Amino acid sequence: MNPALQGLITIVVGVGGCVAYYYFSNQLLDKVLFPARGPEAGRNINRANMIRPWLFLFPALFALGLYLAYPVFETLRLSLTQRLPGGGSEWVGLQNYRNMLGEPKFWEALRNNMLWLIVVPAASTAFGLLAAQLTDRIRWGNIAKSLIFMPMAISFVGASVIFKLIYDTRAADQPQIGVLNALWLQFEGGFWSLVFLKIVPALILLAFAAIVAWVAWIFVRPMFKTGEPTGFWTVPLRLFVAGAAIYLIFLSLRSIVNIFGAELPYGQPQTWLTIPFWNNFFLMVVLIWIQTGFAMVILSAALRGVPEDTVEAAIVDGANPFQIFFRIKVPQIMPTIVVVWTTITIVVLKVFDIVFAMTNGQWETQVLANYMYDKLFRANDWGIGSAAAMVIMLLVTPILVWNVWNARRELR
Amino acid sequence: MAGLKLTDVAKAYGEVKVLSNINLDISPGELIVFVGPSGCGKSTLLRMIAGLEKITGGTLEIDGVRVNDVPPAQRGIAMVFQSYALYPHMTVRDNMSFALRLAGKSQAEIDAAVEKAARALQLGPYLDRLPKALSGGQRQRVAIGRAIVRDPKVYLFDEPLSNLDAALRVATRIEIAQLKEAMPDRTMIYVTHDQVEAMTLASRIVVLAGGGISQVGTPLELYERPENEFVAQFIGSPAMNLFKGEITGTGTATAVRLAGGGTAVSAVPTRDGEQGLRVNVGVRPEDLVPTDDAAFLYQGTVDYTEALGEVTILYFHAEPGETAVIAKLPGIHADLRGRNVRLKADPRKVHLFSNGKSLLYRK
Repeated sequence: MNPALQGLITIVVGVGGCVAYYYFSNQLLDKVLFPARGPEAGRNINRANMIRPWLFLFPALFALGLYLAYPVFETLRLSLTQRLPGGGSEWVGLQNYRNMLGEPKFWEALRNNMLWLIVVPAASTAFGLLAAQLTDRIRWGNIAKSLIFMPMAISFVGASVIFKLIYDTRAADQPQIGVLNALWLQFEGGFWSLVFLKIVPALILLAFAAIVAWVAWIFVRPMFKTGEPTGFWTVPLRLFVAGAAIYLIFLSLRSIVNIFGAELPYGQPQTWLTIPFWNNFFLMVVLIWIQTGFAMVILSAALRGVPEDTVEAAIVDGANPFQIFFRIKVPQIMPTIVVVWTTITIVVLKVFDIVFAMTNGQWETQVLANYMYDKLFRANDWGIGSAAAMVIMLLVTPILVWNVWNARRELR
Repeated sequence: MAGLKLTDVAKAYGEVKVLSNINLDISPGELIVFVGPSGCGKSTLLRMIAGLEKITGGTLEIDGVRVNDVPPAQRGIAMVFQSYALYPHMTVRDNMSFALRLAGKSQAEIDAAVEKAARALQLGPYLDRLPKALSGGQRQRVAIGRAIVRDPKVYLFDEPLSNLDAALRVATRIEIAQLKEAMPDRTMIYVTHDQVEAMTLASRIVVLAGGGISQVGTPLELYERPENEFVAQFIGSPAMNLFKGEITGTGTATAVRLAGGGTAVSAVPTRDGEQGLRVNVGVRPEDLVPTDDAAFLYQGTVDYTEALGEVTILYFHAEPGETAVIAKLPGIHADLRGRNVRLKADPRKVHLFSNGKSLLYRK
């Protein structure tokens, strides 16, 4: 049979089956189980109405249970067992987790995931906010918006292929087909090389450090205010944030020193994806490129929801455009920013396709999802693979809960 | 102490002219009310004074200084918005101190100004609340407080009471009147479409219509001596009745034969040779009184009555396409419905309009 015809039949049978299920189960409930006649008609109607939601929800609940809830528990079970040679399995307790924690590749994946977690949501949200604010001001803003949004329509694998071409390398005597190398070969160590490759990155890092310091200060400041009620967890949480901030500031300051110390190999084409540590950022660019459109669309809608008269009141109060943006508009859309940020964070924690398609975790670019895939389907080690999956779930869950809570508050 | 001077002020959006030839001299300490039908440009004019809309023609002076291109914050004005426009993410205190903070005032100065305004507006207990935790009236007071702390030379109010319920509107109107009395040297400009607000608050009213000023004057001037038919019908409720007629007698008093068969006598003087001039005779509903005399101004059948207790409003029968004549009689007269009633009016309260302009004001 022609595959197209097969597909068509599948669609008809599937959709028809759904319609038939809802129609006939409803008929069964109303006509056979609790018919609205006889001496108990009223009670039967009430009972039928109580059962109906469950009847209609059943297919969804069943599918979710089978494909989502059951695998969670099965994965948990698998992560505590080990495959025996020749078939069967045995209970090994937490041995898989112990083995996993002993592997340097796991720690590399965890570190990279944390890097992704900091950089991608921050960059996507920041660029999205910037694009949303700027495109609202110009005549061709809608065209710009469509262009920025378009990567959302490209699959992660497709985007990875595109960027692999951008990062592509040819020998120095051949024409470069990768845009990045073509650009790189323009730098020859002169004045502009100094500006673009030393000063600009240093300024970006410095700005990042300043923002981190500012955010940390906002978190820590209430500790010095006396008389305010503090919860049990707030002080350790604040200290943790402060510690993380100090670490990040240290990292960025050290990087600035490194930038100025580094001897750059001018004139040689680079294999970008094999430069340890920095290649992570080349991978992140792909996801930022995709997610900026998402952030922009949501934030643009939120910005339009900011009442125009509060902006006008701020103008009369003497605020300049920057103050209007950061002190009037951004605080008003803060809940939306949080939802966007956490949504992207969840995408980042699950990131797999980009790493799989571009480096497959080589050259120190491993991330947790690809690590799990590696263990589960290549090494055929279901125990450690499942353990890695549990770690990912553990990391995603709190953010997911927070995200849903924020989104629901937003709706209210 | 700041006066405003508007000279030939105009506003156009591209080809569309919204306002033109606005000339207005506002003395320091006045409370000027802009009224007019919706779309007449009264809010636009206020926003031009505030600096939120660009002035496309003419000059605006505040305190003798041309401010056409001065940013809003440096014009010495503060504005109270119709929707309050409170910053929803800031407490009442932060809302009120935002402008001072931007201006770089010291914390002590800011605290003093906020405390003072909060005391005057009874907002003390709410200073640390967010706007969403306040009632409509309280939000309105915060918006006024935000203006007060800046101690501006000119206060601008853009329909500040239109979002309040009827009872609160009256109370807040009185508060604004008292606020004005407490600051006799501050100029206020107030936009409204509510005549009661205009009549009670204003030292002078500016009636705007058709992209220009129709008349400027004290509330009673507008009521007693309207310059044109528009102002005559806009001020006062129900609107003034207009009867078509032809002058039959001139002199210090003018006699008019009306199209409906009646005759009117007006205290408005006319010149010799104006016999036969077609005019509109305007009489306010409250100035019409029933009469049994042979000489009547209008007679007609009462179609409908509205007894409000203190007054009864009579709606007379009108042919389709005509405006019904309305009379407002003191007391309760519900029994007049369906009856034929004759009306007359005091000559001093009979207005004469020719081509829409009052004959009283012609040169």
